[in-house]
Amino acid sequence: MKPRILLAGALAMATALPVLAAEGDPIYNYTLIEADITKIDDEAVGEWDAQGWVGGDYNRFWWKTEGEFADGDFEDAEVQALYSRYISKFWDAQFGVRYDLEPKGESYGVIGLQGLAPYFFEVDAAAFVSSSGDLSARFEATGELLFTQRLILEPGIALDFYAEDDPSRQIGSGLSTAEYSAQLRYEFTRGFAPYVALAYKEAYGDTADFQQMETGDADETLFKIGLRTMF
Amino acid sequence: MRSKLAGLLIATSALIAPAALADVYNLEIDQFERTVDGKTLKGISINGTSPGPLLRLREGEDVTINVTNTLDVDTSLHWHGIILQADMDGVPGISFDGIAPGETYTYNFTANQSGTYWYHGHSALQEQEGVFAPIIIEPAEADPFEYDREHVIILADWLNESPYKALANLKKRSNYYNYNRRTVFDLWRDWTNAEGDEKTDVIEERLAWGRMRMDPTDIVDISGYSFLVNGETPEDNWSGLFEPGEKVRLRFINAAAMTYFDVKIPGLKMTVVQADGQNIEPVAVDEFPIAIAETFDVIVEPEAGQSYTIFAAAKDRSGYARGTLSEIPGAAAEIPKLGPRPELTMAAMGDGHSDHGAMAEGNAVNMSGMADEMSTDAHAGHDDMSKMDHGPKVLSYADLRALSPYSDRRAPDREVELRLTGNMERYFWSINDVKFGDAGPLEFSYGERVRITFKNETMMEHPMHLHGLWMDLVNGEGDMAPRKHTITIGPGETISADVTVDATGSWAFHCHILQHAATGMFRQVDVIGGVQQ
Repeated sequence: MKPRILLAGALAMATALPVLAAEGDPIYNYTLIEADITKIDDEAVGEWDAQGWVGGDYNRFWWKTEGEFADGDFEDAEVQALYSRYISKFWDAQFGVRYDLEPKGESYGVIGLQGLAPYFFEVDAAAFVSSSGDLSARFEATGELLFTQRLILEPGIALDFYAEDDPSRQIGSGLSTAEYSAQLRYEFTRGFAPYVALAYKEAYGDTADFQQMETGDADETLFKIGLRTMF
Repeated sequence: MRSKLAGLLIATSALIAPAALADVYNLEIDQFERTVDGKTLKGISINGTSPGPLLRLREGEDVTINVTNTLDVDTSLHWHGIILQADMDGVPGISFDGIAPGETYTYNFTANQSGTYWYHGHSALQEQEGVFAPIIIEPAEADPFEYDREHVIILADWLNESPYKALANLKKRSNYYNYNRRTVFDLWRDWTNAEGDEKTDVIEERLAWGRMRMDPTDIVDISGYSFLVNGETPEDNWSGLFEPGEKVRLRFINAAAMTYFDVKIPGLKMTVVQADGQNIEPVAVDEFPIAIAETFDVIVEPEAGQSYTIFAAAKDRSGYARGTLSEIPGAAAEIPKLGPRPELTMAAMGDGHSDHGAMAEGNAVNMSGMADEMSTDAHAGHDDMSKMDHGPKVLSYADLRALSPYSDRRAPDREVELRLTGNMERYFWSINDVKFGDAGPLEFSYGERVRITFKNETMMEHPMHLHGLWMDLVNGEGDMAPRKHTITIGPGETISADVTVDATGSWAFHCHILQHAATGMFRQVDVIGGVQQ
């Protein structure tokens, strides 16, 4: 981990927290966790995707984590710690740090935009610069379609972009992978919603070539069963 | 049980002659447990009950009220609609420091007015927890209308969870409580019901709401209320008695935290004689909407041998408060059907939102929720559906005419525009896009007459309450403009009120939906100059 990135992150946190306390803005919090099980190459894989915040209306500490767990080991695991600042009615600007525990330890600086786009699309877009200077970006958007008040279909898209090839991680430059998903959940309560989801992952460009060389496939379709909790 | 007792207390105390009137009143704010609709929750009582005891005062009386706080947090009481010295108004941080645990604060004021008012907590969300009660001030000279008997009808919404928890939930997800959102089947139904070009309208309307990131089903922020008449649920059926041939005065107070009601008594015309404690030219109606914190006094003449349901439907039609007028206790009458839940119309959002300027007014209006209930929009629509020849007569602000003109009829010296704003997505509310915590006070000069123009740019109605100063509602009645302590402004609506700035000091000015006041739709008004009496 490069010290300056840690420093930037620490500075972000340090500037955020006093502001939280100073504005007389009552502190609230939010946590959303999605955890599911899927099968990849005949192997059961557990996945999680969680985020939450603590703070007032304008300034929040926002954390995010996601990863995969298989055969007793973390395959992928990342955490982000962000300062989130209200910049317009529906949008927060975010900056802070990301740390990947797996597949290999790596730290990043993060700058992003999260909020609600017209037509009620939840959007999370972020750019990352790794400690070795590699630039990447991620764009995620989800929508909602109600069948009933509790049975809700959530289509989603997630795109990953990289500035340069990194054959060691089977990553090609440009749009490297896209995931198109549909999650069907039943909200027994707002806080407790089991779901099934279908996800189609496709690699593009050099990433597709790298993956084809490795596994013979540049795409995969996953069926997931999971639980979404919110509190 | 306790709440039942409170209801009885209010009912019977209204019958006791003013001989029991004293100059000193002692009130104690305490925690209590309350079971409503089978669920027991902690609440806060005044002298052991909610609603608390009726304060029955007399015009001209020098009132002393000792309020003792036995909670473990600060508390306060505010005398809603009473014109008094700023330091007696009971708003922590503006009028005084609040009442600390274990302390007693003594309020002193002279009751220089008469009519129906109420008092309630002004600390945190304590009002929603049960801290409210009626005030009646008897006039020095007889009221200009006759009645033989009176009952206080204090309407409330009791939440089935902590209001603090509810607010925290709204901060997590602003539609946390909305289980009436539109589904794909609603879209399918509207599409198949539409013909020709209307089909495009159906889609265009959906898209317009989506572009605005707003939801037409977002009528109230919270669900899970029990609606109460004098502390009693519809099943408890609060009972108000009358003798054959009597004229009965009903003093309606809306003490709810989040709920507007539409009130009717099937079989009876109601003659509205006072609004916010002020005499108005009597107007006979079949139904009236009552905004949060408003009061309306009506006279009814029930027929011998009949029982009548007092029916107060929550604006979102999620339930109703109910009581019965009859000659014998425990009687019941038919309960009207609760109409369909209303939906907001795109036309209501016509003002203040430039990003849907292409939507012609009425183009994509969805009146589905309003078909059988012309009344639901009565507050918002000054052009007033009730003026149609058919259908029930529903009170609107256009009907309110002062019985006699108030002394200050000057044209306003200046106008202050207050845009009622908010961020539904994040669940905070504001005035002119600034939350209370980030805003300085509004400054009025003693002696001036200010026109306040409210422009509601949100999707919800806001009952704006100005402490310490009357607001003369600009409703086209000129010199006979009625004056109010609380004025409700519908979605997209603009309403003005003229204020004679005749009381010095600092005053609270806020939306009376508690969660809106608590999250920022609140201002301090400083009246500069003048001398505190």
